[in-house]
Amino acid sequence: MITNAILILLLPLAAFVVQISFGKRLPRKGDWLSTGAMFIALFMALSILVDAISTYESNKVLAAQTWEWFSFGSVHVTFGIVIDNLTAFMLFVVTLISALVHLYSIGYMHGDPRYSRYFAYLGLFSFSMLGLVLVDNFLGIYVFWELVGLSSYLLIGFWFEKDSASNAGKKAFITNRIGDVGMFAAIMILFSTFGTFDFDGVFAGVAAGGLSDGWLTAAGILLFFGAIGKSAQFPLHVWLPDAMEGPTPVSALIHAATMVAAGVYMVGRTFVLYSADALFFIAVIGTITAFMAATIAIVQKDIKRVLAYSTISQLGYMMVGLGTGGYTAGLMHLTTHAMFKALLFLGSGSVIHAVHSQEMDDMGGLRKKMPITFWTFLIATLALSGVPPLSGFFSKDAILASALEYGMRHSGQMWIFVIMLLSAGITAFYMFRLVYMTFFGEPADKKKYDHAHESPLTMTLPLMILAVFSIGTFSWGWFEHLISKPSLAAYGAVAAVAEHGGGHDDVAHTAHTIAMISSIVVALSGILLATTVYYWKKISAETWGSRLKPLYNLLWNKYYFDELYAATIISGTLWKSRFLAMFDLRVIDGVVNGVGRLTAGLSNVSGKVDLRVVDGLVNLVGRIVAYAGARLRTLQTGNVQSYLLMALFAVIILFVIQQF
Amino acid sequence: MEVGLNHYLALAAILFSLGLFAVVTKKNAVTVLMGVELILNAANINFVAFARFIDTDLDGQIIAVFVIVTAAAAAAVALAIVLNLYERLKSINLDEADSLAG
Repeated sequence: MITNAILILLLPLAAFVVQISFGKRLPRKGDWLSTGAMFIALFMALSILVDAISTYESNKVLAAQTWEWFSFGSVHVTFGIVIDNLTAFMLFVVTLISALVHLYSIGYMHGDPRYSRYFAYLGLFSFSMLGLVLVDNFLGIYVFWELVGLSSYLLIGFWFEKDSASNAGKKAFITNRIGDVGMFAAIMILFSTFGTFDFDGVFAGVAAGGLSDGWLTAAGILLFFGAIGKSAQFPLHVWLPDAMEGPTPVSALIHAATMVAAGVYMVGRTFVLYSADALFFIAVIGTITAFMAATIAIVQKDIKRVLAYSTISQLGYMMVGLGTGGYTAGLMHLTTHAMFKALLFLGSGSVIHAVHSQEMDDMGGLRKKMPITFWTFLIATLALSGVPPLSGFFSKDAILASALEYGMRHSGQMWIFVIMLLSAGITAFYMFRLVYMTFFGEPADKKKYDHAHESPLTMTLPLMILAVFSIGTFSWGWFEHLISKPSLAAYGAVAAVAEHGGGHDDVAHTAHTIAMISSIVVALSGILLATTVYYWKKISAETWGSRLKPLYNLLWNKYYFDELYAATIISGTLWKSRFLAMFDLRVIDGVVNGVGRLTAGLSNVSGKVDLRVVDGLVNLVGRIVAYAGARLRTLQTGNVQSYLLMALFAVIILFVIQQF
Repeated sequence: MEVGLNHYLALAAILFSLGLFAVVTKKNAVTVLMGVELILNAANINFVAFARFIDTDLDGQIIAVFVIVTAAAAAAVALAIVLNLYERLKSINLDEADSLAG
């Protein structure tokens, strides 16, 4: 099984290496190679999943192996693979969606000038994501975490000729980095305390009470910062809607199903680490995210943006599930959401492919033109809205139940459930708004409508496969048994370490019943409202939009988050950069130039001294000699008699001197 | 009156002064040479006088003979120089022979 896992990991990497090196020269530009590699990986993952399911033991570790990676001093850092039930499910989800997206992309990306590079990036992403779910230590998860971020950046900016696409790529990368700083700090806290990166080692250390409550909460919240960035939670959610600039299959794979769920997976994987306070923090962030994104999705007109905000909202749901102690609920929603959200994105891609527009105002009436897309899209919409008995119903209901149970056990925390329930209604509303505007009614643009056609089989086949998985693959109890909430007790926890709420008592039972009934009610009323407004057109959306103009503007401008960040952080950073640039230019350059100028000045003075004083002295000596010579030369008259006369006088003088 | 050493010395001094005067003042190179002869002969008178009155052997008189011979040789050389000077300047005026002037 370890061999299988390694092969699953290496197949996409091999595909990436081959594609990036000589993809262009392969027949069909190598799409069959990448797609084939992913399908082989899918079948291997399927075999692992079948093993996991047939064993049917809670949180069973099916296989694990570690290798020494490097060591410094007495610290040995290992790199290992662990396959438990959660990993098996994640492997299956990632390989399935990745393989289907590969298949779909053959149709969608047909004729793109960088066709083989696109598949290379997909391979790199699949490798990174699979590595992320397979590794058994914090350092490894951080490495793959950054790798998925990199491939996400590459794919968002895939059409980098467009400024908006390259900017979106940068925005996604930088925003993610902000969260990653927190995650790195958390990993450093854990490593400096326990001296190991291994999940098991760290959890055992936590179970033994190696970290004080405050530090544990800090580590948990900081670790969650990574998830805030990667899973687009409030307040770092701003990058995900912009990430829709990437090709639509990429949005389905990375920005809906897998990478953005990595944050949820990471929180789930390290679940036992979180203190009660840290979990409450997660739940609050999740609640804010879910509600905020759902409300924004109501007014957006771009089909992919609606889905993007829906994704943010659903990720918020998963976080609430985890934060309120519904470990299984959160991870189950991850799995089900991956299926139907990937389906929704691929379906929207199919629509965009047909009408060559992302604006829902350009669509309408496409139901008859694109039956397969329509029906699969409808199934996914029903699943996302939480209509029984589709998969989304079970997972969302479980999260709502978990939130309600949390509210019943902690006084004053009922608001989480209320807001989440409201968001569920909003979710149903905006999804059916999307369906009605796209597939029902009169065609808004006759020319585009006439041009529209059903997509080729490579694109519709993935839709149909995903539709099957969206309908209802998992029953709640079965999933809960396989992936049940881990507890610190498994790591030999002392009694003092608190358990994370929840359980199978009457409270839980009541909560489940209430949550189930209320979630069905709000989902149906959301659908009913959407039908009234957008199908029967009994209520005019325009009228209400203008009546609630300030609210509409607030939502249309996405609560002004981008503007807020532009005004504060971005302009602040720019201001700081400009200040530093000016400092550099004026002060540092000034000092350097000053030193230069000072040296030049000193040299000048020294040169002058040399020229005037030293040379002057030398010249003076010369001039004195020349002057003396000029004066003395007159003595040499050339007249022999005058010489003689002088000699005579000299003799007389000598004579006189001798006399005295 | 007895002619003594002092008379000879006075004569020699007068003769030397006349010769020096001629050497220093005359423009004509030949006249200057004649002055030089006077100076030499003044010296000769001194030699002979001292040889007669102070030292009675013949040393001073022999030197006087040498001086006469040397003076003849010097005069010959000097006259040759004067001839060359004339060849060059077409004159034997010593004031014109100042090509060594600084």
